[in-house]
Amino acid sequence: MGIFNDIEKYQNRPAIISGGKEISYETLTEHTEKIAKAVGGRCLVFLVCSNIYPALAGYVSFLQNDIVPLMINHTMKKEMFERLVETYQPRYIWQPVGFSNGKSIYEFEGYELVRRSCTEYLLDDELALLLTTSGSTGSPKYVRQSYKNILSNSNSIIDYLDINSNDRAITTLPMSYTYGLSIINTHLLQGASIILTEEPIMQKAFWELCRKYKANNFGGVPYTYEMLKKLHFSKIDLPSLRYITQAGGKLGKELHSEFAEICRNKGIKLIVMYGQTEATARMSWLPWEKTKEKSGSIGIAIPGGKFSLIDVNGEVITASHVTGELIYQGDNVTLGYAMSCNDLALPDEHKGVLETGDMAYIDNDGYYYIAGRKKRFLKVYGNRLNLDEMDTMLQAAGYEAVTSGEDNHVKIYAVNGTEEEIIGFVIEKTGLSKNAFQVIKIQQIPRSESGKILYTELK
Amino acid sequence: MNNLKKYNEIFMKVFSVEEKALEELEYQGIDEWDSVGHMELIAELEDGFDIMMDTDDIIDFSSYKKGIELLKKYEVEV
Repeated sequence: MGIFNDIEKYQNRPAIISGGKEISYETLTEHTEKIAKAVGGRCLVFLVCSNIYPALAGYVSFLQNDIVPLMINHTMKKEMFERLVETYQPRYIWQPVGFSNGKSIYEFEGYELVRRSCTEYLLDDELALLLTTSGSTGSPKYVRQSYKNILSNSNSIIDYLDINSNDRAITTLPMSYTYGLSIINTHLLQGASIILTEEPIMQKAFWELCRKYKANNFGGVPYTYEMLKKLHFSKIDLPSLRYITQAGGKLGKELHSEFAEICRNKGIKLIVMYGQTEATARMSWLPWEKTKEKSGSIGIAIPGGKFSLIDVNGEVITASHVTGELIYQGDNVTLGYAMSCNDLALPDEHKGVLETGDMAYIDNDGYYYIAGRKKRFLKVYGNRLNLDEMDTMLQAAGYEAVTSGEDNHVKIYAVNGTEEEIIGFVIEKTGLSKNAFQVIKIQQIPRSESGKILYTELK
Repeated sequence: MNNLKKYNEIFMKVFSVEEKALEELEYQGIDEWDSVGHMELIAELEDGFDIMMDTDDIIDFSSYKKGIELLKKYEVEV
C-alpha cells in the first residue's frame, strides 16, 4: 500500500523549505529511502514531531514504506512519553538525538533511529498512522487511520481548495495534529511546497519567512485568528497570500464575519472548515464566496462525504433549523481507537459512518451550523436543553455562572446572585419546572490556562 | 503610579515572575511567555498605557528591555 510513493515524479520542484534550504522532491526521496532502509520493514515507530525537516522526512518515509508512525509532539513530558512507550511497545523511535535513551542505529540531521526490544503484537494491514485527539497530555487513546482514509481525505481537500503544484503553505500548527498534518499531506501529494517552521505567528521571524518564500496559504485554529486580529491582520502586507483556512473549533459568528470582511478587502479567500481526527481531518468546508453570508456556518460536506442529522429517537431530521446529532459518512471515517498495542490488529469498527458527538442544524439553503457538543445537551422533562446556551443566557444577564448536570437535573454553578433570583430567571427563560434546577454557589469558575471552562472540576 | 512601576507590574502579573527576574526576561525564555502569554502581555500593556500598538511592534516585542524601547514610539517613557 503506502502513500507518497510517486512523489519523486515532481523531481527538482521544491518540496520543503526549512532552515534556509530548499529540498527538492528528488532529494526528499533519497532521504526517505535511507530512513526506510534503516527501519527495515513494517512495524510501529514512535515519531517525535516538530516542524523541522528530519521529522517530516521520517513521516514521509514511514508512510511510503508501510511503516506505521505514532505521532508525538516534542513538547510531551518525559514521564508521559515513557508511559506511552510501555503501552504501545514501538520497535523504533525516530527522535531528536538524545530525546530518550536507547541504542541509536541511524542518524540524520539531528534525528536518530532508536531500536528497542518490544513485545509481540499484530498490525492490521490497513493501519497507516496513529494520531491523538488530546494534544500533548499523554492520553493513551489514539485514532487508527488507514491508507485509504488519508488518501481519500487528502483528495477531497485538494479538490475543494484547488491545491496545485504552485501552492506554498507555511506551517502554523504541529504536524502531530491532524489539521497540521492534512496541510502537509495535501501539498506533498500535489507536488506543492511546504515552508516548515516552528516560529509562532507572534514573532517577526514568521512573517519574514512568509514574505521571503512567498507563502500563499496557512491554516489556523480559532485562537490563531484571535492572535491575527490582535496583530491587525488587515494591515499586514502579504501579496503572495492566496487563501487562509480555519478549523479546530468554532470561530464564532462575529470573528468569522470580521475575517470574511478583512479577507475580501485583502483579496484573499477565507475557507472555514470542520473536522475531527476521527474523520482523518476534514468533514466540511464553507466555500469562500459564501463566507460572509453564512458566517458561523461550517458549510457543506466535503466532496465524497455526506452529512445527516438524527433526532433523539434515531430518526433522520429533514427540516431546517431543527437540531440533531451530526452523522458523517465517507471513506475518511477512521478505523476506530486504540488504547494500546493490543488494539492495533483491530479491523474497521466504524465502517464509514461517524457519530460526531456534535449537535447541528441546517439552514434553508442546506448549510450546516454546529449548536454544541452532544454531551452539553440534557433532556429535561422531554425537552432538549443546550447547556452552552444556558451559560450564555446567564452571563448575558450578569450572572457569573456555568451549568452542568444530568438529564432532568440541571446544576447551576454561580459566583454571584441569590438562589431565588437565579432560579426565577432560568424558569422564566426556559419555561421548565423549578424542580429541574439546583443552584450551587462557588468562589470562581474553574478554567484552564487557555481560558476553557473545566466542567469536570465543578462539584 | 509611575510608568516603570506600571510596566513592571504588568510583566509580574502576566508571567507570575518576581521583579528581579524582569531585566533578563525574553520571549520564550520562560514557559509563561509563549504566544498566549504574549497576547495577554500586549493586551495588558495597551490597556494600562491606553495605546494601540502596531503589528510590527507587537511581533518585534522580544524582551522586557526591547519593550521599553518600543513604547517610546507611543510616547510612553518607562
